Amino acid sequence: MPEALPEATENREGYTVKHSASILAAAAVMGTAAAAQAQTQVDFWHAFTGRLGDLVAEQVTTFNASQSDYTVVATHKGNYSETLNAGIAAFRAGEQPDILMVFEVGTATMMAAKGAVVPVYEVMGDGFDQSKYIGSVTGYYTAPDGNMLSLPFNSSTPVLWVNRDKLAEAGIDPDTDLTTWEKVGGVLDQLKEAGVSCPLTTAWQSWIHLENLSAYHNVPFATKENGFGGLDTELAFNGPAQVAHIGAMGQWAKDGKFIYAGRRNEGGANFRAGECALFTESSAGYAGIKAEAQFAFDVRPLPYWEAVAAEPQNTIIGGASLWVMAGQTDEEYKGVAAFMDFLSSPEIQAKWHQDTGYLPITAEAGELTRSQGFYDANPGTDIAVIQMTAKEPTENSKGLRLGSFDQIRTIIDEELEAVWSGDKDAQAALDSAVERGNQLLRRFEQANR
Amino acid sequence: MEKRVTFKGIWLPLLLVLPQIVITAVFFFYPAGQAIWQSLFIPDPFGLSMQWVGLGNFEYLLGDRYYRASFVTTAIFSILVTVVSMGVALYLAVLADRLIKGSGTYRTLLIWPYAVAPAVAGVLWLFMFNTRVGVVTWYLGQLGYDWNHVLNEGEAMGLVVVASAWGRISYNFLFFLAGLQAIPRSVIEAAAIDGAHFWTRFRTIVWPLLSPTTFFLLVVNIIYAFFETFGVIHTITSGGPQQATTILVYKVYADGFVGQDLGSSAAQSVILLFVVSILTVIQFKYIERRVHY
Repeated sequence: MPEALPEATENREGYTVKHSASILAAAAVMGTAAAAQAQTQVDFWHAFTGRLGDLVAEQVTTFNASQSDYTVVATHKGNYSETLNAGIAAFRAGEQPDILMVFEVGTATMMAAKGAVVPVYEVMGDGFDQSKYIGSVTGYYTAPDGNMLSLPFNSSTPVLWVNRDKLAEAGIDPDTDLTTWEKVGGVLDQLKEAGVSCPLTTAWQSWIHLENLSAYHNVPFATKENGFGGLDTELAFNGPAQVAHIGAMGQWAKDGKFIYAGRRNEGGANFRAGECALFTESSAGYAGIKAEAQFAFDVRPLPYWEAVAAEPQNTIIGGASLWVMAGQTDEEYKGVAAFMDFLSSPEIQAKWHQDTGYLPITAEAGELTRSQGFYDANPGTDIAVIQMTAKEPTENSKGLRLGSFDQIRTIIDEELEAVWSGDKDAQAALDSAVERGNQLLRRFEQANR
Repeated sequence: MEKRVTFKGIWLPLLLVLPQIVITAVFFFYPAGQAIWQSLFIPDPFGLSMQWVGLGNFEYLLGDRYYRASFVTTAIFSILVTVVSMGVALYLAVLADRLIKGSGTYRTLLIWPYAVAPAVAGVLWLFMFNTRVGVVTWYLGQLGYDWNHVLNEGEAMGLVVVASAWGRISYNFLFFLAGLQAIPRSVIEAAAIDGAHFWTRFRTIVWPLLSPTTFFLLVVNIIYAFFETFGVIHTITSGGPQQATTILVYKVYADGFVGQDLGSSAAQSVILLFVVSILTVIQFKYIERRVHY
């Protein structure tokens, strides 16, 4: 999930239980001071502020208190892009941290930087059991041979959020079937007729309506296994399935059934204010919607086109993973391994999953969450997990590994906006996005030859 | 005979200009040299390898129609920002100059927006014009106008121009007011006694005598529009929709810091350096001739 997730959560900070970051920081400092001088320091740069930042600080404090050999020092380096740039600049100056948080679209950049990173499976050593991780979560971050390159940290996947009250107001059964876009289309007609000003809105249009749409219908987003197979990959999201979907969305935009609010999660404000009936957004939007919504809401699986696929494949993730930087001492790598082991433990993962709405990275953590009764108390929070894990990922639904992808997303945003405003039809816009994006892929290929 | 202070020898004058030379070398020549050097390569982001491409980066850029369109966007944007911020500032300064009572309050209030950072100004305007919850958008909606700068290119350009010009009006106002107050009253009064009306006096006396200030502000404002409006554009439109507000500087950022394409970014910096040099030469060669000091 793109860059603004931490920011989005930050906006909600006021509504959630707020730990004081300064208290935690003070605790961390005291912990450091009390510990013996012989401790190895492990630097961890991340992009989280607000409540997520507090939760990260809490994890670090717990880890530091749990053993006496290593001290993890977590530092906030700005948003996702800024954190990546800080890591790159630090590496060039020889001052890189041990662990760097990188958002999912930066994966190809990190992977291509052989010599700047150490794969996680190598750091973890021989006893590392990769099978305990959820394949569709880690798949985004594994090498073609199946080895884990970076540790997934925060992962979410898109779902459909429903304002039940709005449906009822428009005379629609709130439990109506919304599993396919065909059925959603019918509901949008009814909502429009009933005079609802915002029947459908979305966050992260490229991530949800192209990247996930492609994976969910098992069609390629790019050639060479979506870029997993090599740097000479080319974009392929101008196929019939994607064009049909964007075409339908364009028509809905024209008819006032789909309201476009912006490239990031601007639409969230409209949904949480009760203005919109349906909203496609990350599963991690849960905390914010729960805190703000003054109406009954529902989480549903992301709809799919019955005309394209008999049943949906899995969706793909967004979020960030932890990369281990090269050029550190063996002692530090041992500390990194211990910290990553700690992060992967069922208790820590289950707590993270329940606190944030992000997906658990191990199956055990999911089971623990279920046995603790969290899913029963918070209905719909397991939809994302089910949607991700119902099917074994294919080469079209493992994830994306494309260079310059942050910028390619901007190109996609621009072209989709042309469709929403009626300037271009879906085919022309997607063709143009593919052509412009391919230029960037060729530049990336050249830079990393 | 010209009257001039002269120094004997070469060392003392050199020593006196040395600080300026050192500052220019460290903060201008070195980075500019680096940019020119880097623009000839395609490096990977981590600096692990570099590939010599000669002028390949420039070829790539100039072959990109979106990059060429960015020149036009920058020209339109800079001219609009300069004209709007200087025009409004001059109008307000002329009014303030004639004001006798309460001019202190009036001036202070006009100067305030200058203290607002461009990024913050961007956010303020963004809130007012937010397509769903903005106050101005709501009033426009009441009047039957559907404001949507997220999708409408003209509205997006208008909004970034207004947001960029707004904070700049204060700065220009200050200089214009000082310029106006420096014009001797006796000249204006003499013209008034001769029967010249306000507009005639403005055209024949005030405007020519104000020209050094106007020229200075023209140079400074164009440079502002080129380089310092980044924050406004980043917060309001991120260069969109469909690159309608992607000015050259914003593209340097997008390619360098979002795309990690340092070769292209460096080449763009070099082109920008070139453009600004040409602009400055034109300004000093042709426009300054019309300035009366």
